[in-house]
Amino acid sequence: MTALAERRAIERRSVSPVVGFLGRRLLGALAALLAASVLIFAAVQVLPGNAASAVLGRDATPQAIQILSKQMGLDRPAVTRYFDWLGGFVHGDLGVSSVALAQGQHTTVSSLISSPLKNSAILAGLAALLMIPLSLGLGALAAIRAGKPTDHVISIGSLVSISAPEFVTGSLLVALFFVGLHWLPPVAIVPPGADPLATPKELILPVVTLLFASLAAGIRMVRAGMYEALQTEYVQAARLNGLAEKRVLIRYALRNALAPSVQVLAQNLQYLVGGVIVVETVFAYPGIGSQLVSAVQNRDLTAVQSIAMLIAVVYVLINVLADLIVMLLIPKLREPA
Amino acid sequence: MTGRLRFLRTPSGAIGIGILTCVLLVAFVGPYLAPHSPTAVIGAPLSGASGHAPLGTDFLGRDVLSRLLYGGRSVIGLALAATALAYLIGMTIGLIAGYSRSVVDPILMRTVDVMLAFPPLLFLLVLIAGTGQSRTVMVVGVAIILAPGISRIVRTATQEVAVRGYVEAAVARGERPPAVLLREVVPNILAPVLVDVGLRFTFSILIVASVNFLGLGLQPPSSNWAVMISENRQYISLNWLSVVAPAAMIAILTIGVNLTGDAIARSLGRSYTPSTTRGVVTA
Amino acid sequence: MNAASVPTTSAASPAISVQSLCLALATGETVVDDVSFEVPRGEILGVVGESGSGKSTVALALLGYTKPGIVVRHGSIDVGGERILGRDPREVRRLRGKVVSYVPQDPGGALNPSLRIGATILDVLRAHRTSPLDDDAVPSALGRVELDGHFAQRYPHQLSGGQQQRVVIATATVCGPPVAVLDEPTTGLDVLTQDRILRELKRLREEEQMAMVFVSHDLAVIARMADRVLVMYAGRVLEHGPAEEVIDHPRHPYTQALVAAIPDVHAPRTLRGIPGVSVGVGEWPEGCAFAPRCRHQVESCHRALPELVFARPDHSVRCFRWEDVAGAERVPAGTRSEIEASASDDLLTVTHLEACYRRGRAEQTAVHDVSFTIGRGQCVALVGESGSGKSTIGRCIVGLHHPSGGVIAFDSRPLAAAARARPLEQRRRIQIVFQNPYQSLNPRQRIGSAIERPLRVLRRLSHDDAEREVGGLLERVRLPAGVAKRFPSELSGGERQRVAVARALAAQPDLLICDEITSSLDVSVQAAVLELLQDLRRDLHLSMLFITHNLGVVASVADTVLVMERGSLCETGAVDEVLSAPTNAYTRSLLQAAPSLTEAAVAG
Repeated sequence: MTALAERRAIERRSVSPVVGFLGRRLLGALAALLAASVLIFAAVQVLPGNAASAVLGRDATPQAIQILSKQMGLDRPAVTRYFDWLGGFVHGDLGVSSVALAQGQHTTVSSLISSPLKNSAILAGLAALLMIPLSLGLGALAAIRAGKPTDHVISIGSLVSISAPEFVTGSLLVALFFVGLHWLPPVAIVPPGADPLATPKELILPVVTLLFASLAAGIRMVRAGMYEALQTEYVQAARLNGLAEKRVLIRYALRNALAPSVQVLAQNLQYLVGGVIVVETVFAYPGIGSQLVSAVQNRDLTAVQSIAMLIAVVYVLINVLADLIVMLLIPKLREPA
Repeated sequence: MTGRLRFLRTPSGAIGIGILTCVLLVAFVGPYLAPHSPTAVIGAPLSGASGHAPLGTDFLGRDVLSRLLYGGRSVIGLALAATALAYLIGMTIGLIAGYSRSVVDPILMRTVDVMLAFPPLLFLLVLIAGTGQSRTVMVVGVAIILAPGISRIVRTATQEVAVRGYVEAAVARGERPPAVLLREVVPNILAPVLVDVGLRFTFSILIVASVNFLGLGLQPPSSNWAVMISENRQYISLNWLSVVAPAAMIAILTIGVNLTGDAIARSLGRSYTPSTTRGVVTA
Repeated sequence: MNAASVPTTSAASPAISVQSLCLALATGETVVDDVSFEVPRGEILGVVGESGSGKSTVALALLGYTKPGIVVRHGSIDVGGERILGRDPREVRRLRGKVVSYVPQDPGGALNPSLRIGATILDVLRAHRTSPLDDDAVPSALGRVELDGHFAQRYPHQLSGGQQQRVVIATATVCGPPVAVLDEPTTGLDVLTQDRILRELKRLREEEQMAMVFVSHDLAVIARMADRVLVMYAGRVLEHGPAEEVIDHPRHPYTQALVAAIPDVHAPRTLRGIPGVSVGVGEWPEGCAFAPRCRHQVESCHRALPELVFARPDHSVRCFRWEDVAGAERVPAGTRSEIEASASDDLLTVTHLEACYRRGRAEQTAVHDVSFTIGRGQCVALVGESGSGKSTIGRCIVGLHHPSGGVIAFDSRPLAAAARARPLEQRRRIQIVFQNPYQSLNPRQRIGSAIERPLRVLRRLSHDDAEREVGGLLERVRLPAGVAKRFPSELSGGERQRVAVARALAAQPDLLICDEITSSLDVSVQAAVLELLQDLRRDLHLSMLFITHNLGVVASVADTVLVMERGSLCETGAVDEVLSAPTNAYTRSLLQAAPSLTEAAVAG
């Protein structure tokens, strides 16, 4: 077989496993999300006994409970309600806010979250854009200079910054940059409908807070992966064959350290999705995280359900995407088993 | 064996253990040293540091220092309980899944993987939304969040050890699985598990503190450090100590645990990778 | 003229010249001391030594490379006319691959897994060539190691071990360096593959007139490849001379003992191990490092270090007593002792055994239709390359692997598939010793507890009785009784393997299965363990199933041999008959490929 034909044959063979893998992962993700939806529904609607009384609180009159129960459709069996909700969710109908129902209004959950969703995407997106190159760069640097002062500073620095919870880092940053230095505002209240990017000064502290812990985790793992790659036989063989050090570092070490790093960076992206919850609360930023928190505080069960499900979907998809990228990076995984 | 205590001699290990001890002392001995009751109003709200109140007063006029000294117990206690429960569940699942070569392994792991669909805090919030706020919900919820990660690590370690000669020799002698697991496997998976404990405990603290900060955990007038931060946040420009002091305590606690954990890991020749604190996904 | 430097025969300057090389740890302990040699163009120098001898450190130094923590104390190294030591690192880097190249032990690990083969070769070419490359560069590099051009498109994991090693050789020689350093290039490869690679290397030497330094612990392979031999022990050169001389008439007691410890398929004999353990860095005694283990040691050997002296013009040796030793009778080789095996009684009968492995959804047959018997007191060798299924058979017999078909009967009673399902007596009478000495003992248990366990579980002894037996068992495997209180990490590989044997013997078995038990051990240690097994077999009338890939070991140890090829039995018979006149083609090729001291010249 000529070299070209052979190459084409190999390429052909490596496409189908990727598609197959993607198919399997999506199926797995779907199964996980299905199980998650059951969990969410059960936790929110089944556990408390009567969901309506949970919404209204302890002082509610029996009549009020009865009216709300009817409005929320609680007279139907749980299984039916579950499928109704799930079916609606898949079509974009996230249900009606329970709290609004209790007040006689008919606000849909979708209308509540459309703007906050965009705001959170901007916040998380900015953090992600900064986190990825910084993690790779600083992590690789720390590994290359392992044992030297640069490495110690980066490693201990990242260990320290990753330790504190977001609300602690956020509060300390506010104390320093607002109370102490008067440089930055303590909150990032964006009026509904406004573009958060129009007031960048407000975004600095929230983004930095989000960045703190995720960046540190990324740096540590990239460093670990790069360090391991630098110890491999093939890196030593490349050096002994006379290749320039820069080429060895990038083409032989970093290239092979990249795959495990992708998985960690994906974990960190997932973290950002979860981290917005607290960071938005600290800075009063109108994103989907603070929406969720107020929904829980107000016992807006339907909203909690649907928002939680939405966040779970994004969370899982990031994972699948990461696995796909890893597969494309490691030739070995593309072979049929 | 002295090897285990080697980590104390590294600078990060010594500092880690040092500050950890300090924080633990404050948390558990603090209440006996507090000058005032944590709920007593001793002066004007949000007044600055004075002889009467070295850290000033909070937004209700209570002594920040006293509340600080009382505030550690619940944070650490809840986190410890949750971690212990998580290890109980996680190790059992991990050992069984790792040792079994039958269909039990994938079934257990798939079940556990369901938790991978949730950002940890999200799961806890959903649980609280449904069942209300209580200590039990927090402890059980955090334990459920931690267990899958622990079971993964234990499973991997068990799989690695299960194929070693000495384990196979025991199997060839006809020893029953529980005996093999306890005598031959468990003592040899302690190293990776030990490294893991620090990470999980820190994570427990973070989540418990975060939930309390969001107002969905312990209720006022509880003097929990996280609650202190959330209560006094809006007034930070009036008495920044009321926020910074508890924030610093939490930060120092978690930094201490992580430094110690990192030093222990290094002395065992392993890496301490806190990326696992942020998610249920682990190696 | 310094006795350490050997006069070259050719007029041209030598390709490699090392003078008084001394390397040490940064903390001060010497790793390599006073090593000197020269290698002319087109010659192969074999460097032989066991673990801790410093041979790999010397090999890497030829490329100007020392592992982190090791420094050059003094000495000079000239390769291809260029000075290596004390030179700007960037210049040294330019020499690597162009003047001197390196072929490491593990080919799979030495290739970048994310680059195609062609790209890897191109990297080396681009690093050294200044003129533009023609399209033919990569295919011709591959062609030189007899690989087809299309391999350039493949990734390393798509190649077999032998192909990988050839690619590594191709990358190492693509810029036509006059010198190549090879560090255990065929260890870990199948015997047949090893044969091909060695032929390949010899051809390269012929065509390019390359000088080579070939490092190995396997004296038989060195005998086949090298023109001259350098014997190293504890960082020093003990003997240095022409290959035939050093191997046929060794002058140093260590070399003699080493030769006597090497199993040879064409000259079956009882192997003699070297007593004691080799010394590690920082533990070098006063005087000759080998003296504590030497049969000919005298007082002066411990007090002063011998210099290298010439036994013949081209053969130097570092020993005070070389003259006495050379004249004295060589270590008595001893013929293989015939151990009486009762022909009538069949202890183990295997009938139509089938076994497979499940990987994901795919099922791979490991053992297909294998039948054989083991009589009482008989030693049966099960031989084959990796993947032949031999270990699987052993595991089925002891109950660690479930066969998918066939019957295994012990003492006329069938054996249940799982060890747990078998009656106590059956579990007790069949015992196994595993290959990896570093994983066969629980690192958290003291040696005494490890040996006690089978005593308590399989022989139902009380705690006190068991404790008493432990001492006797340790003595049987020639270990001091104090070992019982130690942890495995305090013992060497050979000692751990003896403990594993003691643990197996504790059950008082009738059948002992040895699964590649010496494959991870140094040659001299292997010989000692095999010696021990022979004695035990004779004293206890043990039956043995000896699983190995080394035909030489088979020749020294077994009565009957079973040859496995990819899961099936291809030949069986008495050891003498099968090894001298094999009927099966595969067996024949194995025999031909097996490195052997006596047949060194033949394979060529």
